[in-house]
Amino acid sequence: MSADLQTITLPTGKKLEVHTHLFINNEFVPGHGPLIETINPATEEVICAVHSADESDVNAAVEAADKCFNEVWRKVAPAEKGRLVNKLADLMERDKEELAALDALDNGKAYTVARDIDITESIGCFRYFAGWADKIHGKTIDTVADRWCYTRHEALGVVGAVIPWNYPIMMAAWKFAPALATGNCVVMKTSELTPLSMLKFAALAKEAGFPAGVVNIITGYGHTTGNFLANHKLVSKMAFTGSTGTGRKIMESSSASNLKKLQLELGGKSAQVVCADADLENAAVMACGGIFNNHGQSCNAGSRILVHSSVLDKFLELFVKATDETIILGDPFAEETYQGPQISKGQFDKILNYIKIGQEEGATLYKGGKRWGEKGYFIEPTIFINCKNNMRIMQEEIFGPVVGIATFETIDEAIAMANDSSYGLAGGVYTSSVDTAIRVSNEIKAGTVWVNTYDIFDQSTPFGGYKQSGFGKELGKYALQEYTQVKVVKFQLLNTGL
Amino acid sequence: MTVNFATEVITSKGDKLSFNTGLFINNEFVEGANTIDVINPTNGEKICAVQAAEEAQVNAAVDAAEKAYREVWSKTPSRDRARLMHKLADLIDANVDEIAKIETLDNGKGIAFSKGYDIPEVSKTLRYFAGFADKLHGKVIETEGKLSYTRHEPIGVCAAIIPWNFPLMMAGWKLGPALCTGNVVVLKTSEITPLSALKLAELIKEAGFPPGVINIITGYGAIAGDKLARHPKVGKVAFTGSTAVGRMIMKASSESNLKKITLELGGKSPNIIFDDADLDQAVAWAHKGVFFNHGQCCCAGTRIFVQEGIYDKFLERFKEYTSKTKVGDPFDQDTFQGPQVSQVQFDRIMSYIKTGKEEGATCFMGGNRLGDSGYFIEPTVFTDVKGSMKIMQEEIFGPVVAVSKFKDVDDVIDKAHDTTYGLAAAVFTQNITRAVTVANRLEAGTVWVNCYNELDYNTPFGGYKQSGIGRENGEYALENYYQVKAVKINVGL
Repeated sequence: MSADLQTITLPTGKKLEVHTHLFINNEFVPGHGPLIETINPATEEVICAVHSADESDVNAAVEAADKCFNEVWRKVAPAEKGRLVNKLADLMERDKEELAALDALDNGKAYTVARDIDITESIGCFRYFAGWADKIHGKTIDTVADRWCYTRHEALGVVGAVIPWNYPIMMAAWKFAPALATGNCVVMKTSELTPLSMLKFAALAKEAGFPAGVVNIITGYGHTTGNFLANHKLVSKMAFTGSTGTGRKIMESSSASNLKKLQLELGGKSAQVVCADADLENAAVMACGGIFNNHGQSCNAGSRILVHSSVLDKFLELFVKATDETIILGDPFAEETYQGPQISKGQFDKILNYIKIGQEEGATLYKGGKRWGEKGYFIEPTIFINCKNNMRIMQEEIFGPVVGIATFETIDEAIAMANDSSYGLAGGVYTSSVDTAIRVSNEIKAGTVWVNTYDIFDQSTPFGGYKQSGFGKELGKYALQEYTQVKVVKFQLLNTGL
Repeated sequence: MTVNFATEVITSKGDKLSFNTGLFINNEFVEGANTIDVINPTNGEKICAVQAAEEAQVNAAVDAAEKAYREVWSKTPSRDRARLMHKLADLIDANVDEIAKIETLDNGKGIAFSKGYDIPEVSKTLRYFAGFADKLHGKVIETEGKLSYTRHEPIGVCAAIIPWNFPLMMAGWKLGPALCTGNVVVLKTSEITPLSALKLAELIKEAGFPPGVINIITGYGAIAGDKLARHPKVGKVAFTGSTAVGRMIMKASSESNLKKITLELGGKSPNIIFDDADLDQAVAWAHKGVFFNHGQCCCAGTRIFVQEGIYDKFLERFKEYTSKTKVGDPFDQDTFQGPQVSQVQFDRIMSYIKTGKEEGATCFMGGNRLGDSGYFIEPTVFTDVKGSMKIMQEEIFGPVVAVSKFKDVDDVIDKAHDTTYGLAAAVFTQNITRAVTVANRLEAGTVWVNCYNELDYNTPFGGYKQSGIGRENGEYALENYYQVKAVKINVGL
């Protein structure tokens, strides 16, 4: 049986100790599921192996969380909960470099991006929600004279969270922060592709002083570990971010088990609309980041760009220029790298296959389209033009650095094309006209619409999809209602003449 | 030119306390127009002198604040404001020992209270409001042919004039909501208790607040306070103090720029004890309700109404409980009641005690000075009172309570309401219907049920009637510190 702490070496030569067991009840304990090797996608080599959770481990984690909720966490004062969340943020700040390095190593994203975006925004997310802890208000509601009614916004209890591999720490922060601030205990299953950084986080949660059982972090395969969690009768809610296909399974599990509350953040095929009166330089730069950020591995990636036919040539020229200048591929730990490898062989193959499909469907491969380098799952930033909105590469989520460009003549046409998707996660519109900006953003059926920018996040604005991109909101005050349930208490005041 | 007014004093217990006695403007300690002596109420002796502000210094502070707002603070992201407030809270906690001793030296309150309550409440309040900084939401409102939304914008320069009864805690109650909503502040402390805020000033600079965001001055109310209340660049004044001065602030606003005002004024709060109350609990809370902070609480339960059936028993137990009150050197750990804050207050309270006797009330216990040094007064209880008596109508602000009896709920509510004030009230009963219906009927900003003087930074506090305007603490405090703008964009008219 392997020890919990293993030593790994970063490409920089620095050695790190990583946890590899399951984190349950404030202890690192062995798992009974299969050992899972986690691969460095830049080198295709094994970093180390981690323990995964079988059904007994999932039960242990859920029972620890449930016991803690009922006996301890429920009685902790809200301001104290906020203080602990802030303390956790402080510790993440202290160990920022290590957390970023683990994400860069395990996921393949550029170290500078992990440090300056992923970890920085995660810390901000915890600080934001810490401030809500002692501000969860019910209401008093007047009905008739001798009745006294008020609501309480109570915690749910045990929250199950299943997160993906594309932003290992940030996806965890988006779930943990509101869940903890509203008084819940959490059992989180990380992706078996990127388990390392959250095991470091687990150690920080213990150091911050969270009572045992509030934070539990396990990993394992979705169809086993994730499935056990989704079916567990003591879990009051599942918060899931991942593919639409898996989202459906989680919903099925809830219906078959205890009708646990659900929150699903699923896929997207978001359209960026470039109008004739757009500032094209800005649009090109923003749209480039909009699709190529995180190697295209964002649920909200602006993977369809709809350009007014009159500005297509100019926009394309500027878009390619922005891509060439910004999207530098390379070793995630090199200072100038912007785009690292795709997460895995599986994803790599899937993306290359879609590039093949795109060409077969009749779209024009304008740039890229191939593997980059000899080692690691690197794919060139890829641009298709002359796309039709009903092509598979315009309807199905590719989750890689591949964008499809189509043209439109009228704003109505652009809106119709943007909405012609089973998804509705995000959208963008580039224009200098107030009327167009408001009209298009009103009409696009998506949970986030960016105007003259893309992929910009704040902890205080909500994020979540329309249509089959999911339901429920993360971030902002809106997230609080996902993690609380409303009870109304209604007193009949007897003998009011007293 | 910055002149250093660094000062050190030694307490009776041998503690060395250091602070700076200058006016804190633009993150520097500067000279005032003159100086004011700060007296130790425990022995009547001078602690030190502090720089005091008159018109020129008030103008300098307001100018510094206005510049800081325009050039820096209005552009500071909300989460950065929050970080600074958290940093200040951390520094307060790290220095709680020294700050508490300064507070006890200056105000005379027991060290157990300064250290265990007053100072920790300041950092808790700052942390609470820091959490709101990035959560100030306007609305989007459906309107015909337009996109209409509201913004909750800061006012700009806010003035805060605070009293001497909870010197640093009152500063916290003002700074919290003012800063988190994006305003800059000129805080005028009471010239009777200026020291703890001067210590806070050092921490404000250390925390990293840009110069001019928080300015702390002291001076006489009639001079510095008045100038601040009339200043054309001050968009709002928040005042805690007597009702009489509250009127002057309102007048000053009406005569100058109609600046927004919030007023936390006096009280003569009723404490109502029904037959079925848990008597021992009622006695203990009633004691805390009036004698806490030496009776120097705007919300003190200074009129106790006891239902006929238990009146005698209540009085007997209340006398016994009150006779055990530890009055003494505030630097002793187990002191409950220290001296009153000043000679002026002392004289005023003794004068009311004399008046009470002259009006025909019975001085049931207490009524005398304690010792012959410092402003100590015995916990004092009057009985056989009439609602019209001065000691039942006017705020005494000392350890003096009037106890009377009532028949039933309608009787006591009439009696409770026989006052121009409406700050707080309390009900003691075991019956849930009685508790809720009486609480709902009472004309007071805070009604306690089976407790008294439970103040929390997240529940609103403020007066009905002549006890004031506006609320402090909790989310309700925020609306006093922002102004609402509606933006209405034509998209299809």
